[in-house]
Amino acid sequence: MRQLLTPNSMWSTHELKDRYDVVIIGAGIHGLSTAYYLAKRGITNVAVLDKGYVGGGASGRNTAIIRANYLTREGIPFFRESLSLYEDLAQELDFNLLFDQSGRLDLGHSESAVYGLRMRTGVNKLLGVDSRMIGPSEIKELVPAIDLRVGKPLPVMGALYQSSAGVIRHDAVVWGYGRGADRQGVEIHPFTDVTGIVRENGSVVGVDVGDRRISADIVMSATAGWSSNIARMVDMKLPLITHPLQAFVTEPLKPFIDRSVSSANLHVYVYQTDRGEVVVGGGVDPYSSYSQRSTLHTLEELAANMLELFPFLRGVNVMRQWAGLCDMSPDYAPIMGEVDGLPGFLLSCGWGTWGFKAGPIGGYTMAELIDTGKTPDLIRPFNLRRFSRGELVNERAAAPAAAVH
Amino acid sequence: MAFLLNCPNCGARNVYDFRFGGEVLTRPAPDAGNEELTEYLYFKENMDGEQREWWNHSMGCRKWFIATRNTHSNEVLGTHWPDEPVTGTGQ
Ligand SMILES: Cc1cc2nc3c(=O)[nH]c(=O)nc-3n(C[C@H](O)[C@H](O)[C@H](O)COP(=O)(O)OP(=O)(O)OC[C@H]3O[C@@H](n4cnc5c(N)ncnc54)[C@H](O)[C@@H]3O)c2cc1C
Ligand SMILES: [Zn+2]
Repeated sequence: MRQLLTPNSMWSTHELKDRYDVVIIGAGIHGLSTAYYLAKRGITNVAVLDKGYVGGGASGRNTAIIRANYLTREGIPFFRESLSLYEDLAQELDFNLLFDQSGRLDLGHSESAVYGLRMRTGVNKLLGVDSRMIGPSEIKELVPAIDLRVGKPLPVMGALYQSSAGVIRHDAVVWGYGRGADRQGVEIHPFTDVTGIVRENGSVVGVDVGDRRISADIVMSATAGWSSNIARMVDMKLPLITHPLQAFVTEPLKPFIDRSVSSANLHVYVYQTDRGEVVVGGGVDPYSSYSQRSTLHTLEELAANMLELFPFLRGVNVMRQWAGLCDMSPDYAPIMGEVDGLPGFLLSCGWGTWGFKAGPIGGYTMAELIDTGKTPDLIRPFNLRRFSRGELVNERAAAPAAAVH
Repeated sequence: MAFLLNCPNCGARNVYDFRFGGEVLTRPAPDAGNEELTEYLYFKENMDGEQREWWNHSMGCRKWFIATRNTHSNEVLGTHWPDEPVTGTGQ
């Protein structure tokens, strides 16, 4: 009990040292999971620096949908491996993550949407993801509360159903990785703003934190929506645009829906938490911004779209609405690994609206890259150089607006 | 945060009446090489602060114009037609 009441009991506080083997910028899920898996490999002289509190970026603001039903041969195995790490993660971190693999439905309301979902189902099956197409009657069985919109515009015609998809307690994942890394010797430094990146003879050799200079063999940026700011410190531009993404939750209701339901046609996704709150999200704000304030316009739009699928929610009170920043890449795929011409510097970004589910495998593979110096096959297609080579991943087809989370 | 944009033709309107066209970039010459074209197509400043950007009044006069906006606060510092010179912030 006493430990519970001690501030910072999840990880210890440290004085910043002058040197680390690895400095990770950003204490979101990607920074912390990388630190955790580095420590498991015996690399413990590691510092994770964050300008704010731990998990205060998108990792503490997302809707925590975990799934693997993507479209591309690069994306599917990557997200599949992440899901499989998530399945054992509570055990691994010795922390209750409330992972609820209750399944997920991607609805199609038009011939062309159903065609796209069928194609995804096919590729999913080939690559070992348990997706299948279901028709309106099975949808109604799985989600009795849904309005199938018979006789209305955009009737529900079918759905891609991935039964092993689910939702998780996102804060717990962040804290669990943080605590696990800390226990193995990693230092976590919240409220530590990286203001510069130090280069010597063309290599990155450390970071500046105000007037403190910290040297490191490897500097990794895991700063999601702020990645372009870090890139500016090494005179680089990235193929990223930062957009806010908003969501809201209602007051707690009696359980009425067990699964998460997403509709790309209606630009909305909906599920109910274990506490009974209904979580509702959609697509990113239509303009770029670093402002994390939510808007009434989006609340109205999301609520209206939610009511198209669940009309009986009319009149339910909204408890909270919020926004987080998303680093949108042009091909809806991550950007991971080394940067040609800039040794000592690593990127893990392009996580957009889809990156929470990739946290475990993202950290696992980045740690392997740092430890062995070799890029794991699973993330080779995601290197920044794909843009100059014209080898974009094109996950977009699987990710129109609401379907991306 | 939502905000108002001042269409040079119609005046101040809700931002949701407009379509965002991204940061203002310099278009490469027609004979530009691969590297320059790649840079133009994909790589962005993505400024956290003052940004010059394209907007289209899609729910109004449908004209394209340029705004200077602080992307951190969403404060709009000025709007003008593409062929008008920028005469400092506040325009
Ligand atoms: C509303 C919303 C819903 C979402 N829903 C889902 C979902 O259902 N499923 C899913 O998979 N994904 C979802 N996402 C996306 C997901 O949240 C992100 O992709 C993921 O959390 C990114 O993690 P990260 O660790 O890379 O970045 P973040 O968690 O954003 O962490 C980056 C950190 O870097 C720090 N930082 C920035 N600049 C500096 C600096 N100069 N010095 C020090 N520190 C710095 C920031 O303070 C921040 O803590 C959603 C996002 C939002 C906003
Ligand atoms: Zn106008």
